[in-house]
Amino acid sequence: MSLLKRIIPCLDVDKGRVVKGVRYVDHVDCGDPVQVAQLYDAQEADEVTFLDITASHEERGILLDIVSRTAETVFMPLTVGGGVRSVQDIRDLLNAGADKVSIMTAAVHDPDLVAAAAAKIGSANLVLAIDARAVRDAGEERVPGRWEVCTHGGRRPTGIDAVDWADRMAQAGAGEILLTSMDRDGTKQGYDLELLRAVADRVSVPVVASGGGGSAQDLAAALSDEPEGGHAQAALAASIFHFGETTVGEVKSALLEMGIAVRPPSPAGEGVHESGPGPAGS
Amino acid sequence: MSRAATVALVDYGAGNIRSVAKALERSGLRVDVTDSPAAVRAADGVVLPGAGAFADAMATLRSSGLEEAVKQAVEEGRPYLGLCVGIQVLFDEGEEHGITPGFGVFGGRVERFPENDAEGARLRVPQIGWNEVRFQGEHPMLEQLPARDHYYFVHSYRPVPTDSSVVAGVCDYGGNFAAAVANPSVFAVQFHPEKSQHAGKRLLDAYRSWVETRR
Repeated sequence: MSLLKRIIPCLDVDKGRVVKGVRYVDHVDCGDPVQVAQLYDAQEADEVTFLDITASHEERGILLDIVSRTAETVFMPLTVGGGVRSVQDIRDLLNAGADKVSIMTAAVHDPDLVAAAAAKIGSANLVLAIDARAVRDAGEERVPGRWEVCTHGGRRPTGIDAVDWADRMAQAGAGEILLTSMDRDGTKQGYDLELLRAVADRVSVPVVASGGGGSAQDLAAALSDEPEGGHAQAALAASIFHFGETTVGEVKSALLEMGIAVRPPSPAGEGVHESGPGPAGS
Repeated sequence: MSRAATVALVDYGAGNIRSVAKALERSGLRVDVTDSPAAVRAADGVVLPGAGAFADAMATLRSSGLEEAVKQAVEEGRPYLGLCVGIQVLFDEGEEHGITPGFGVFGGRVERFPENDAEGARLRVPQIGWNEVRFQGEHPMLEQLPARDHYYFVHSYRPVPTDSSVVAGVCDYGGNFAAAVANPSVFAVQFHPEKSQHAGKRLLDAYRSWVETRR
C-alpha cells in the first residue's frame, strides 16, 4: 500500500485572525489565516487545518469568508472545525471551499448528527474530533487504558469512553478521527501513543494524531506502524511550525530518514507559488 | 492566440466548485461556471467536478438536462475533464446509496473499497491523503505529464472498469484501482488536481494544452 502519511499544520482562528503567534510570518502579517495557509502551501504541507475558536456563532460569516479566500489562493486540502453545530453548517463550509469539516461538541450533544450528516454529504468529507483526557482514580493515579471524551477545551469531562466513542462515531459515518490528547496538548512532550494506538487499532477509518508534537521524532512515533508506535495516518502540529522552529519540508526530510513514508519535498526551484509569501529561497 | 480557451465548469450543486474554477484559471483557461446545458454545448471543453454522493449527483445531472449536454460534448470530441465524482458518473452504474445508472460512457461499476486488502489486512476507508498514480497508455494529456506523480485523494468509492484498456492511471490502495480513465475525448481522475499543489497544476496545464489543440 502506498498511501502516504500526512503532516498537517493547524491554525487556531479567532474572529478571523490566527491567535497563536506565528513568528515565521511576522514580516508579512502574523494574523491573516490566508497568508499563513499560503506559507504552509509553499512548504508543501499535506493539508492545513483551521480550528475556529470564535466564541460567538454570530461571527460565522468571518470564518466562511476566510475559507473562501483560502480556497481561492491555496491549492491544497483544507479541513475546518470549531463551532460546527448542524448539517447546514457543514454544507456552508464545504461550499465555501473546505474539503473536510470536523465536528466535536455537537456530536456529543446529538449523537445522531454524524449519521445524519454522513447520509447527506457522505463520510469522506466528515471528520469527528475528539478531545480525550486520561481517566484518573481518586488518588489521581492514571487508570491504564482509559480515556474520556472532554468538551470546552478539555475542561468539561463527559464520562464517555474515548475509544468506544471513536468506534461508535466511525460506524455512524465519520470518515476520519481527529484525536487530541488534552494531557499532552501544548506540552511538546510527544503524542499520547497509547491513546492513538488504542483508537487507531479499533477503528477502520484514518486517525489524525494531535496534542504534544514537539519534534520530528514525536511525529515519527505517532505515525509509526511498529508495535510501540501510534499507528496514526496523519500528524497534526501547531507550535513547532508556527514559531519557525522548523519547516514542513525539514520535518518531512527527517521523517523519510526515519523510515516514515511521507510525500517527499519537491526538488528546489519547482515551485508554482509565485503569489505566495513564502520565505525567499526556502 | 485571440482569446483563452473557455471551459464549462458544470455546477450541479456539489460544493467546492470555487477551488476548481480558480485552479483552472491559474492554468490559463477561461472558466464559465454554469448549470446551463446550452453553455456546456457552447464551450471548448467541459469540466465535471465532484464531492458528494453518486446518486445525488446523477439525479441533478439527469433532471437538469446537463447529462445529455455533457454526453453530446464528449461525442463531439470536446475535451472532458472529470474530477472525483466526475470520473464516477461516466460508468454504467454506481452502488453508493443504492444502484444508480450513470452516463454509460465506460462499462463498469463504481464500488466501495473492500474491507480488507489483498493480504487480508484491514483497509481504512475512506482513502484520505496523497498517493502515487502511475500513468499508462496513450493520450494527449499523458504527453504532458510525468510517468508518475502524487495526488490528493479523499473517497470511499472508486470505478471498476470492465475494459482495462480505458485505464490511464493506476493507484494502489488495498490493491490497484483505476485512478484515471480516458478515451479520445475524455480524461477523468478519481483524485483532486485542484488540491494537489505542483502535481495538480501540471495536470491542469496539460488539460489547457489539450483543449487549445482541439478547438
